[in-house]
Amino acid sequence: MLPAARPVGGKSALSGHIVAIARGGDRSAFAALFIHFAPRIKTYLTRLGANPAVADDLAQETLLTVWRKAAQFDPAKAEASTWVFTIARNLRIDALRRENFPVAGDDDLAQLPDPSDSAETILDMAARGRRLREALADLPPEQAEIVQLSFFQDKPHSAIESELGIPLGTVKSRLRLAMKRLRGALGRDLFGELP
Amino acid sequence: MTITHHPSDAALVAYGSGSLDEALALVVATHLALCPDCRRKAGAVEAVGGALLDDLPPAAMKEDALDKLLQKLGTVEAKPATPSRPAVDHGWSLPAPMRQYLGPSLSGTAWRFLAPGISRAAVLPRRRGGASAYLLRIKPGKSVAHHGHRGMELTMILGGGYSDELGHFIAGDFVELDGNFYHRPVADPGEDCICLVAASGKTRFTGLLGKLLQPFIRL
Repeated sequence: MLPAARPVGGKSALSGHIVAIARGGDRSAFAALFIHFAPRIKTYLTRLGANPAVADDLAQETLLTVWRKAAQFDPAKAEASTWVFTIARNLRIDALRRENFPVAGDDDLAQLPDPSDSAETILDMAARGRRLREALADLPPEQAEIVQLSFFQDKPHSAIESELGIPLGTVKSRLRLAMKRLRGALGRDLFGELP
Repeated sequence: MTITHHPSDAALVAYGSGSLDEALALVVATHLALCPDCRRKAGAVEAVGGALLDDLPPAAMKEDALDKLLQKLGTVEAKPATPSRPAVDHGWSLPAPMRQYLGPSLSGTAWRFLAPGISRAAVLPRRRGGASAYLLRIKPGKSVAHHGHRGMELTMILGGGYSDELGHFIAGDFVELDGNFYHRPVADPGEDCICLVAASGKTRFTGLLGKLLQPFIRL
């Protein structure tokens, strides 16, 4: 089920860094996370309309939140990039839209195994992440375009519709096809509907 | 409770990417609190967001940003691991996402008369032309006048059920309407139908009675 042991590096190292902060306040792990994520969060925020100075501040605040909340990160449930993305998204909504992001809550918390930070779970999630990135790269261009616009434009899908000059139904069906493939790549056991 | 009506992928992507107004996002979050399948799908949306973030070209940060942050770290206390979110209760208490706005249950909610058999309670007022969220309580067998919305209307049924031109919906179901859809929901017999509704764009009533009520209702 799991790939043969491989050196922990690349994306899975990022998860390990968050775990290292949770365990012992590892500052070099923090620096590594900053170097990877902060400049990308800044790009994410400027694409969504923040000016560069604000984007810089919010990227820093995102990393500070990573430091503070590292113990809440569960490498068995998400990749580092997923978790960092949700923090940046929520801070953006809070700071730029002055709104709250309503989270779902989690009623099967009790049914989950203890959060595990074993190399195995991290590698399993890293393998899912690699498959996801391959699937993203393989999306038909018209689906990839809608996915990109959905994340990097602070607009409802009806605005995407008028911008691209295609009907809302087409926007929605392209998203449905894209998400079906991407969930398949991630594995429906953790990221899809169960039979 | 078997939920048969779920958010579309487009709604889950709009929620997970952070592009929904708070009022609309609250309705999606309330469904997610009750639906593990959709919660996993929303997790996939966030994973996609993370992968796209990873793939973005880096922008240069202020030169001293990392040094300043490293100095700050000593003063910022890391939080111990705690169950980050309250567990979802079933039965009469409200799903977790709604409690922040309404408290633990609807016992203290201020219902206002809207029309015979129909009352409404504000949850989130409309801001800057965005969406508003409110609760609707419809007495058994009563109906809301035929109406439509210019933008998007999301409904989460919390108790009871209703039927309209699209079908029959019960507690846990999520209903997504957009564009120029008009409907006339009729509550099931037996118990009150209670819904969390968020709508962007003004509600438009049709028919003489609906038009007469329009100035008073302002959903």
